[in-house]
Amino acid sequence: MESPRKSKSSLWHALFGDPVRAFGVVSVVLLLALAVAPTKEHFSQWHRYQRQYLTEIHDRGDSISLRRRFSPGIHQIWLPELGVVDRCTTCHLGLNEASLSDVRQQPFRKHPVIPHKLEGFGCVICHGGQGAATTVAEAHRSERDGEMPILPTRFIEAGCGQCHQNALAGTPQLNLGRAMLTRYGCVHCHSILRPDGTKVAATDHPPSLVHVADKTTREWIYSWLKDPQAYAPSTTMPNYKLSDADASDISAYLISTSRPQAGDTATPDAKASASPDPAAGASLYGQSFCSSCHAVQNAAGNLVGGDVGPELTRIGNKVKPEWLLAWLNNPRVYDATTPMPHYRLTAPQLATLAGYMQGKTDTDYGANVHLTAATTQQVAHGKLLISTLGCAACHEINGVAKPENFAPELSSIGSKPRAQIVFLPGMERSLPSYITGKVRQPGAFGAGVKMPQFALTNAQTDALTTALLALTSRSRAIPDTLRVAYVPETAYQPAGHAGRLMTELACFSCHRINGRGGDMAPDLTAEGSSVQRQWLVDFLKNPNTLRPALIRRMPRFNLSDGESEVLTDYMLTVYQSPAIDQEMGLATTPDVIERGRQLYYSKYACQGCHIIDAKVDKGYIGPTLTSVGSRLTPAWIYEWLKNPEAVRAGTMQPNQNISDEDSQALAAFLSSLKGAASKGAKP
Amino acid sequence: MMQHTSVRTIVRSLACYVTLAFLCACQHAPTAAVPQAKATGAAIVESSGGHQVGSTGAALKEPIVVQVNDDKGTPLSGALVTFHGDGVTPDPAAMLTDSSGQATTTVTLGAIAGRYQLTASTPTASHPATATLVEIGLAYQERLGALLADKHCTRCHDPESSAERVSNYDNLAVKPHSFSDGSTLNKLSDADLFAIIQHGGPALSRSPLMPAYAGTLSASDVRALIAYTRSIADPPYQPAGTFYAHK
Ligand code: HEC
Repeated sequence: MESPRKSKSSLWHALFGDPVRAFGVVSVVLLLALAVAPTKEHFSQWHRYQRQYLTEIHDRGDSISLRRRFSPGIHQIWLPELGVVDRCTTCHLGLNEASLSDVRQQPFRKHPVIPHKLEGFGCVICHGGQGAATTVAEAHRSERDGEMPILPTRFIEAGCGQCHQNALAGTPQLNLGRAMLTRYGCVHCHSILRPDGTKVAATDHPPSLVHVADKTTREWIYSWLKDPQAYAPSTTMPNYKLSDADASDISAYLISTSRPQAGDTATPDAKASASPDPAAGASLYGQSFCSSCHAVQNAAGNLVGGDVGPELTRIGNKVKPEWLLAWLNNPRVYDATTPMPHYRLTAPQLATLAGYMQGKTDTDYGANVHLTAATTQQVAHGKLLISTLGCAACHEINGVAKPENFAPELSSIGSKPRAQIVFLPGMERSLPSYITGKVRQPGAFGAGVKMPQFALTNAQTDALTTALLALTSRSRAIPDTLRVAYVPETAYQPAGHAGRLMTELACFSCHRINGRGGDMAPDLTAEGSSVQRQWLVDFLKNPNTLRPALIRRMPRFNLSDGESEVLTDYMLTVYQSPAIDQEMGLATTPDVIERGRQLYYSKYACQGCHIIDAKVDKGYIGPTLTSVGSRLTPAWIYEWLKNPEAVRAGTMQPNQNISDEDSQALAAFLSSLKGAASKGAKP
Repeated sequence: MMQHTSVRTIVRSLACYVTLAFLCACQHAPTAAVPQAKATGAAIVESSGGHQVGSTGAALKEPIVVQVNDDKGTPLSGALVTFHGDGVTPDPAAMLTDSSGQATTTVTLGAIAGRYQLTASTPTASHPATATLVEIGLAYQERLGALLADKHCTRCHDPESSAERVSNYDNLAVKPHSFSDGSTLNKLSDADLFAIIQHGGPALSRSPLMPAYAGTLSASDVRALIAYTRSIADPPYQPAGTFYAHK
């Protein structure tokens, strides 16, 4: 017991025995204590990187100016309104140095060119990570208290999506992912609120199953449920990996509860199967431009056609002949909100087209499906399955209500802390890899997971992951003034007889008017200022080819004279642009016209894209101008030439900064082109 | 007490260095198991997947497929193929050829825009045989350029038609060049490209069939187009001007 106490006191004595010694010891301790900070700094990572940077630039041609722009110590970008305190530039020293573009070694690489300035936004807003940290590990990988590690480059567009709520040129992956969230039905089950509080709405059109027995058979539903992609590889319907019995029970429930739709049986007096003429059918299918919206697999197995409507490769396997006839006659009877237009087909046309469609049958498909009549228990079990699997979240189904919030909300999924995630064994333990894994193969996360298997390519999975990773809590905290807000589709609806016709013809499926509608065909908001009355009447009745190079075209709806005139008059009255003055006087003397002709062929070389005389001109990009003088109004041509983009946003026609005088001469020349007999063409 | 702390800090930072150094060193030596070869080939050739234009940091769309042949030129299965390249991540990096003599891998590009080389090699009786593939990675600016080119330019500049679009090339009296045609475009300086895109053919005393885009595209759009053409140039574009040699 004695000796330790004794040695302790002797140590005390050795150090602080007399005042001088004590002073010396205290000084040494103090000195060392003071040295801690500089030593720590000297050995810190960032200091080492700064020394390394100086070595790196030492031998370069512009090392003097590089060194002048280098300042030692911790660098910081501080943006209080964004909550940014980024010290990344302490180590990432070459981000703004154009001459370092050949440097491949991090952290000295030059930043790729982007539309934002580093000083304006800092780094972590886009990249994630901890801006205030001064060590690599903490800055890049910290997950303390729900901190988000750096976003892998693969998903970097998610960073853009935090502020930019609309599609952005230059972020194709984010745009695709967002489009898929609405197109693949994700938002039928998961609700997603944008940072501004608006709800992401679905853009797909899952069919109502209320009258499904009119349309198809129980056998087809069974085969479809077992493997939707086997019927149509391009369908967005996921695979629920149902057992034979479950698929059979669901199909039994759907058929047994289906109510007949009045009108489906009131088919026109033609018989579809009566002597189909494949050649005539194919030509009617082509003329009606069905392929603008519907795809069909060609002999080589490639899908050809649009994706607005369902794929039709095996449509004959699916639909009942009488339903098909009724549908082609007027799709709005069966489905009042379908994007499909009501073509006014005659009875013989209907028979030809329906017969042709019915011929798209794969005799092997569903050949060995034989279902026995279902018992009441089986039907009840089918209903139970439908409610547990959430089928009614997408489809209207008799006797099963649409479930609310069927799946977890995803509005902040991009900030989900790792601690709340259950990873699979062997999986990289990060949020991006979790989301990718879940989207790619939900079933791997346990038998209880209700999310079905989607048929997605890796690029699609990455795109969806990007769109989801953009939904961060930071995106909600960003001030409104900095956010590029989502511009929702308007609820514009034209009125009166013309409005009804436009609904029946589904004009909005392809055309945009006053902020509502598709983008397959031109925006018609100012169409009335652009075209001449007789031309529009004729065009609506028989849309001829304006742009020979276009694959998707305006179909022929077989409108009556009266319908065509109602539509024309409405458009000419209502769809006027205030910027176009129809009363402007345009000099049309032969001199002016001749000058316009010269400008057309020499100064502006318009023949590069447009055809006036098909014998000599071949330009393929823009519309044919042979009779443009009877199609467009002179005032519109004049304004268009001066600034095409102002007249129709997104047009391909370049703005050539044509002067008033040149525009007038060109407009006069073009207005003089009235058709094949025109003298305006190149001699 | 203080003495202790500072010593501990130094020791700790030293330990950090060592682990960091180890971590860095380890990154260059992938630890994936290399399969045991069952056959030895004589040559390796590219089947498909070269010359793709992808995005930096992302996987290329098409897989990379190479084929190992024996000395008679017939495909050989069970031969070992390893893939490696600076800045690219092949997955898997090593594999045996399948029954048709082919080895397939997917490749993720690094974060810098530009050309990436991927080398596939297989051991032969003497030295390893190699096949080298070149892939191109586009970063944000080049990708924007690609989109703009697709919207405004390729109809005239690319003689090939696609299913979605008919080429206008044949209809032009003066023929433009494809943007990847390095032998022509590499000779034009950035300033010349800028001038002809902004002000049209006449800016370089060329045909007005090349329209002026100054009213349509912003200066940064035009820079993006130039960056894109430079990045896909074949033969590759070497910027003129000062070179900073590495010592
Ligand atoms: C209407 C067709 C057309 C369009 C559209 C077009 N070009 Fe051209 N371009 C030409 C023609 C023709 C030439 C050749 C002019 C000459 O050599 O006299 C040319 C030449 C060029 C050249 C000079 C190198 C060469 O190919 O001879 C560049 C660079 C160029 N265009 C860039 C662009 C860009 C960028 C766009 C899109 C923004 C574009 N072009 C759109 C027709 C077009």
